[in-house]
Amino acid sequence: MSLVIENLTAQIPDRQILNGLNLTINPGEVHAIMGPNGSGKSTLSKVLSGHSDYEVTAGTVTLDGQNILDLEVDARARTGLFLAFQYPHEIPGVSNANFLRAALKARLPEGEDIDAVAFYKQLYTRMDQLEMDRSFTGRSVNEGFSGGEKKRNEILQLMMLEPKYAILDETDSGLDIDALKVVARGVNAMRSESRGFLLITHYQRLLDYIQPDIVHVLMDGQIVLTGGKDLALKLEEKGYDWVKDEVLATA
Amino acid sequence: MPDTLTAPASLATTAPTPSADLPQWFAERATTAWTTFDSLPIPGIKDEHWRYSNAKRLDPAAFHRATPAPESAEAEAVASSIGLSDTAARLIFVNDQLVQSDTHALPEGVICETLTDALIKHPEVVQQHFMQREAALGSAKFAALHLAHVQAGIVVIVPKNVVVENPIEVFHWVATENAAIFPHTLIVAGDNASVTVVDHYRTLGEIPAFSCAVADFVAQPGGRITYAHCQELGNAATALHLSSTSAHRDSQIKSFQVQLGAAFSRSESISDLLGQGSRSDMISISLPTASQVVDQRTLQHHAAPHTGSDLLYKNALYDTSRTIFAGLITVDEGAHFTDAYQTCRNLINSEEAEANSMPGLEINADQVKCSHGSTSSPVSDEELFYLKARGINDHDSRKLIVQGFLEDTLSRLDHEPLRHLIEQRIESKLASIA
Ligand SMILES: Nc1ncnc2c1ncn2[C@@H]1O[C@H](COP(=O)(O)OP(=O)(O)OP(=O)(O)O)[C@@H](O)[C@H]1O
Ligand SMILES: [Mg+2]
Repeated sequence: MSLVIENLTAQIPDRQILNGLNLTINPGEVHAIMGPNGSGKSTLSKVLSGHSDYEVTAGTVTLDGQNILDLEVDARARTGLFLAFQYPHEIPGVSNANFLRAALKARLPEGEDIDAVAFYKQLYTRMDQLEMDRSFTGRSVNEGFSGGEKKRNEILQLMMLEPKYAILDETDSGLDIDALKVVARGVNAMRSESRGFLLITHYQRLLDYIQPDIVHVLMDGQIVLTGGKDLALKLEEKGYDWVKDEVLATA
Repeated sequence: MPDTLTAPASLATTAPTPSADLPQWFAERATTAWTTFDSLPIPGIKDEHWRYSNAKRLDPAAFHRATPAPESAEAEAVASSIGLSDTAARLIFVNDQLVQSDTHALPEGVICETLTDALIKHPEVVQQHFMQREAALGSAKFAALHLAHVQAGIVVIVPKNVVVENPIEVFHWVATENAAIFPHTLIVAGDNASVTVVDHYRTLGEIPAFSCAVADFVAQPGGRITYAHCQELGNAATALHLSSTSAHRDSQIKSFQVQLGAAFSRSESISDLLGQGSRSDMISISLPTASQVVDQRTLQHHAAPHTGSDLLYKNALYDTSRTIFAGLITVDEGAHFTDAYQTCRNLINSEEAEANSMPGLEINADQVKCSHGSTSSPVSDEELFYLKARGINDHDSRKLIVQGFLEDTLSRLDHEPLRHLIEQRIESKLASIA
């Protein structure tokens, strides 16, 4: 039972971006991925989600034993994979509440509907935890939201959909320090023995609030270094050139 | 058993015979209209009002005037006329015959009669307002055809200061193959009066049929009219809806059209802003699928200063469907401080669908705020991906996006139950889309 990524190789038409990436996330674990701009972090999360811009040319991804690479985007999500986007998209005219209801309903057997009262109760509880104003239920998904509000909204969805594995792509960027604490609290509330996390971030700061079990460095579409919490500190201090030297030295 | 079945005479050759009970002026207008109809050619493709369209789709020769339907068909239509739960009045026409009418909840003094009854009981008011606006957007021939044949539909006259809270709801059914109906709607809101009317156009089954409708709205000073028409004729049918709005001082008229059915539907909507401070909202929704064609022509005519008009037409196109939008804003000399907006947006759900837009402006006054714009865009891949990444399947994701696209049209309908009803009708069409 884990999210297992083996030798994942993916490309856009003229360029390979992921170069045989290996990573295993077990339930209960929080992994962090750090890496330079353009190294392939968001690409990894989108490839896992099934974005059609990317073609997987080699490798496998299994979620609790199930090969997910053959599944459509929506089916992958329903197996329990969640991606909090770096740049959440706006959906004009679709209210946040309707969107979440549709997403929850999609997880029920055909013909069944969710209980509206229980839904709103849960929604308001989660929004309170994230210190989100109730008016966000009626507003169009992400439309006119500030950068920080969009990120909170991603975490709200995570909390409502309760996935088995959640990838958070730079959820911390764009958040002020108070918002960061609120969002971190939300994520920590979702940590459990049965749920795995992958945090993509540039900043050690996030990891002060959400303590990772394992830290990886992604460069040129590969995991090049793996360590404990202290690896993040070292990166902050020494930068990625240090990693290059380190990797070359051990190569 | 040999039954002598003669094919009913086509519309193109049936001269109407107005009933002797009707006022003479009406009989004369009907007779003159027949001559006009007969003398005018079917507009050709070179006619600017028919660009990208084809008036042959309305060829009267293909239809005959509807005759009363069998009782079983009437009963079926009545049973299927499910609409609003609270109405001020509710009338059901089948093949242009009134088969059910309930007007008991109308406030006192409000006239809500069938056109024929109104012609007999209130000839002067009807004469004053009945089809006074020239059909200036291309369908003069078909307006004349309507006038020559019309007998069904309603006249609503709301006296000064009377507010009709619940809507008046009318169903028009065609129950016979190749039959034509001529539904008429005339609404006159007196000074500071207010009324909401909704027309449903439907066929019983997927039969070829023709609904040739005319609707005229007159709002006296301070009057308010909300009108909605929901066109759900079968997919083999043909729909024409000619409407005109006369907005007097400080009046407000909102009209919504929802085009869901018919192989070919054409609407021509004219708003004349005649009095200072008057305002007209023109809103339209269509969801053409298969090879449906939705053809829409509009005129926002500002004849007085400090008038406002706001047009928002939204089409979500599927399959090989087509939409044509041609809109014109004209601001007369002296109609200063006019605000006029015109927006047509098309959401394209299929590579083979085609949206044509022809916006236009003609301004002869100063201090005018006008804008017009049209856009056509496919469903955004990123929006789709976002929804699917939350587990919502392709079909439901697209449906949500289309509903979201239509949201700002529906949100302008402030009568909640009516908005719900329209949402439901849209929902039922969306559910049928594979
Ligand atoms: N759809 C795409 N089309 C073209 N280039 C792409 C696409 N997706 C990713 N790339 C390129 O692949 C590389 C990796 O991009 P990616 O977004 O995964 O980087 P990242 O590690 O998330 O960077 P950042 O830290 O800036 O968010 C970049 O050079 C990017 O420009
Ligand atoms: Mg990124």
